[in-house]
Amino acid sequence: MIELQNVSKSFTLHNQGSAVIPVMEGATLSVKPGECVGLIGASGAGKSTLMRLIYGNYLAASGSIMVGDTDVAQAEPREILALRRETLGYVSQFLRVVPRVPALDVVAEPLLSVGTPIEEAREKAAVLLEGLNIPERLWSLSPTTFSGGEQQRVNIARGFAYDYPALLLDEPTASLDAQNRATVLGLIEGAKARGAAIVGIFHDEAAREQVCDRFVDVSAFTPRAAA
Amino acid sequence: MTPLLQVKDVAKMYGARIGCTDVSFDLYPGEVMGIVGESGSGKSTLLNCLAGHLAPDRGEVVFDTRAEGPVDTVTMSEPARRMLGRTDWAFVHQHARDGLRMSVSAGGNIGERLMAVGDRHYGDIRARAADWLGRVEISDARIDDRPSAFSGGMQQRLQIARNLVTGPRLVFMDEPTGGLDVSVQARLLDLVRGLVREMGLSAIIVTHDLAVVRLLADRLMVMKDGHVVETGLTDQVLDDPQHGYTQLLVSSVLQV
Repeated sequence: MIELQNVSKSFTLHNQGSAVIPVMEGATLSVKPGECVGLIGASGAGKSTLMRLIYGNYLAASGSIMVGDTDVAQAEPREILALRRETLGYVSQFLRVVPRVPALDVVAEPLLSVGTPIEEAREKAAVLLEGLNIPERLWSLSPTTFSGGEQQRVNIARGFAYDYPALLLDEPTASLDAQNRATVLGLIEGAKARGAAIVGIFHDEAAREQVCDRFVDVSAFTPRAAA
Repeated sequence: MTPLLQVKDVAKMYGARIGCTDVSFDLYPGEVMGIVGESGSGKSTLLNCLAGHLAPDRGEVVFDTRAEGPVDTVTMSEPARRMLGRTDWAFVHQHARDGLRMSVSAGGNIGERLMAVGDRHYGDIRARAADWLGRVEISDARIDDRPSAFSGGMQQRLQIARNLVTGPRLVFMDEPTGGLDVSVQARLLDLVRGLVREMGLSAIIVTHDLAVVRLLADRLMVMKDGHVVETGLTDQVLDDPQHGYTQLLVSSVLQV
């Protein structure tokens, strides 16, 4: 489902003497449907960079990034948009939403964008928010005013609202209490059971042992101190 | 799928000065494209060329019309282009007073566009005007007030209602949130996003506000000195800018 071949990435800082910073080289990864692969490596090794490359948020310098039938490294913006709508979900650590939109609609949005009727989308969103212990009186409020932990749970609910065939999870269990953490791990296991291919970053060791089938150490893709 | 709008090598000169040049892109149904750049970068010139307000010196602007399929709007007859401007196209000006008739009531402003496409039944027109006032969150008690009695944010929302009442397929927006305070901006962004999704609108939005494009636009085009220096997915251009100018633009944003 997710196939990376020899992906490299560097940043060129045009306004700082055109410094070129290579950050990744020869990244290769393969994730099958129903499989969860954990990315490991020290901070700065490039775990998040790799995720962003898969999501099309960073532009790969070379190599191929196949998600389903789309090569994210080569695709037109329109193809990546369709991929993000229908195939590839991403739970980031930060919630970015239009202010004033109620939490319930924030969570329902991925469903609405694939054409789910609004009542049905809101019903699914309500079930997810309830499961993640967001009190019902907050559903009609914008999550921009929520606490950090609540925002993260809204973000997770949003990531799991639509059944994406491929999912990227960036620290989904960070800063959650035991009960919510168990709910999130349950959602991840549910997604695996329905055949989703998952790439995750978990600093929480017990969580990653529970849901990941294998691990990839991204420090193997860090360019050897050439600069 | 046929692109809704195909822009091919459009250029506009002001004497020896470049307004904009070598601009080409395709816009598909349902897509929102942002155009960013500093003042004088040619973004408004480009928007006006695309919307038929300025005649480009070179290039084609091909629109997929309902009746005849793709037609070059630069070479089409003036009446046909004006008809497009009233039906399938909408233009939201930066200053609401440029897009509204200030001496006509709010309801009249909305109804006028309906009458321009042939609606004649007064009751229907008034009912649709009231419906649209509601959608842009203006109380229908204000339907007979003139826009000069409205606040800036309300005028901008009225302008959007006036433009969208005829169900256009392509909306051009020139700095739609410029000059509005941030709480009103957020409200307007939410409104536009909802309308884009419900009506399947395509839009081209010119702005210098990167936060606005991040929330509204699927794709981004960065202009400098009349040239397009970078294009791509909005979040990719903002998070991993490739061109020196875009890097400068992104790193210059003041964080709140």
